[in-house]
Amino acid sequence: MGRYIFQRICQGVVVLLAVSFICFLIFRFTGDPVLMLAGKYATQQEREQVRIAYGLDRPFYVQYANFLGNALKGNFGKSYISQVDALDTILERFPATFELALTAIFISLSAGVLLGVVVSIKPKSLVSRLIMAGSLGGISIPTFLMGILWVMLFAVYLEWLPPFGRGETVQIGPWRTGFLTLDGLKHIIMPALTLSGYQLAVILRLTRAGMREVLSEEYIKTAWSKGLSPFTVIVKHALRNVLIPVVTIAGLSFGELIAFSIVTESIFQWPGMGNLLLVSIFETDHPVIVTYIMMAAFIILAINILVDLLYAWLNPKIQYN
Amino acid sequence: MIKNILQSNLVYSFVRDISAIAGALVLVVFIFCALFAPVLAPMDPYDLTTVELSNSLMAPAWMDTGSLSFPLGTDDQGRGILSTILFGLRTSLMVGFSVVVISSILGIIFGMLGGYYGGILDAFIMRTADTVFAFSTTLLAILLLGIFQSRNIWTVVFAICIAGWVKYARTIRGSVLEVKENAYITAAKSSGAKDFRILFRHVLPNALPPVFVLMAVDLAVVIMLEATLSFLGVGVPITEPSLGMMISIGKNYIYAGMWWMVLFPGLTLILLVVAINLFSDWLRDEMNPKLALRS
Repeated sequence: MGRYIFQRICQGVVVLLAVSFICFLIFRFTGDPVLMLAGKYATQQEREQVRIAYGLDRPFYVQYANFLGNALKGNFGKSYISQVDALDTILERFPATFELALTAIFISLSAGVLLGVVVSIKPKSLVSRLIMAGSLGGISIPTFLMGILWVMLFAVYLEWLPPFGRGETVQIGPWRTGFLTLDGLKHIIMPALTLSGYQLAVILRLTRAGMREVLSEEYIKTAWSKGLSPFTVIVKHALRNVLIPVVTIAGLSFGELIAFSIVTESIFQWPGMGNLLLVSIFETDHPVIVTYIMMAAFIILAINILVDLLYAWLNPKIQYN
Repeated sequence: MIKNILQSNLVYSFVRDISAIAGALVLVVFIFCALFAPVLAPMDPYDLTTVELSNSLMAPAWMDTGSLSFPLGTDDQGRGILSTILFGLRTSLMVGFSVVVISSILGIIFGMLGGYYGGILDAFIMRTADTVFAFSTTLLAILLLGIFQSRNIWTVVFAICIAGWVKYARTIRGSVLEVKENAYITAAKSSGAKDFRILFRHVLPNALPPVFVLMAVDLAVVIMLEATLSFLGVGVPITEPSLGMMISIGKNYIYAGMWWMVLFPGLTLILLVVAINLFSDWLRDEMNPKLALRS
């Protein structure tokens, strides 16, 4: 097991190195960093000073080593636009994105598993058919369109919910939360529903498929014949075994969650990291883009390794050698 | 020849599956509309001489402020919604089919090489695939397109393919590993056939069926992804027609009650995706007899 963890971490480091190298290439070779740093109206002499000050006159590999060294210290340079440290700019937006993602994961896991169980117990009933039709919709309607349709229904037509923004927030230490005010909670409903939509449909289908398989196993028949309550049989005996792969796959699709959080934040003008990324792309603010990519890569790889280990821990049948 | 095709199992099951026929029919109609958009569309929404700003923001024809020359209304530039949808379908389908063809070819090559030769080559290809998979196609495409300075249809295709080959490589590799063990491969080897010949004559044809299913499923996914990218503003440029871009523009007008700019392209997109999904559901059941028996 220890050997496996070590291997996975080594792989992760190699991937991060590759990503950092690509990021470095972007930073160095798309657009002219000197022009960006010194400004459009700088004289030839000023440009030369900037070139030397930022080490852009040194050989390629020295520059990459510097870039890596700085990245390890969390220094990715300053945003071209705001002249503020790129990492700080992104971290400031982190709470908004985290709260949105957390709410969405909560919705998709709880609703997805619950509906999946309902559908698998009574597959022929009207309710089950409606749920399955809905899940087909969840897979066939792209996230961005779903979000706009929610806005049209709840914000424009019914006028129940605010159409964009994060609403009133409360600052607790470094963390700015929207969970503690009614206004903040109202603002998070539609974005969270939008972000959870795709994953909800996937989890529902996985739960249904797993439950159908498990419910026909011998040990479930034994449990029924012992006269146990339906709740005990379905939740304690069947669902437990189904949940392991469901949670694993949900965890492994974390990259997807980050991608769709960019889309969701763009629709609802949610002040998170995804929105910041899009703005930075339009303004070719490379330090911010590069920092975002490195951070996303790190988070995704770390979660992948954790999910893998969790899977092995929950399921003793799996052995990594 | 034609008689043989008509009597095959595939055709037999197809004509008895209503949803598959409906899906295929809608898809064919859409492809037809896309191919003949210049003829079918009431106007060319990207010809500056025919677009009049004074026609902007008109409602669909059956509403009070509508006009018969713009059946589904107009957008903020005075382009007819119906015409723009027809031209947008071209972009959707062109990106969709190009990506599916290119990434499946890439995936087949990498998957076959890895599965057949094994060893370090296999490990390298599969670890790369794992990494790409972890990042997800959508995220990689957004990031790649964010980096590109100039964007057109082909940069979008390129960005999606970079991430898109992975699914195909995994599927092909799996079937190659299975097929490789068969006696006829050993026979081909011992009769002195070259690796290239074995791969393309003996291994590939037997590993293909799951790839066809994947291509059908993938087409819907790619079309949604292109719309998403264009909606975010990192897809096709504003000078090209695209359903995602139309929805992105229309989004600014929903608060003013102008729903037609979002709803018509949106419904077109949903209909297209559902049609492809219905067709691919049938194809999956057909290509995988084990699955059909179970359900």
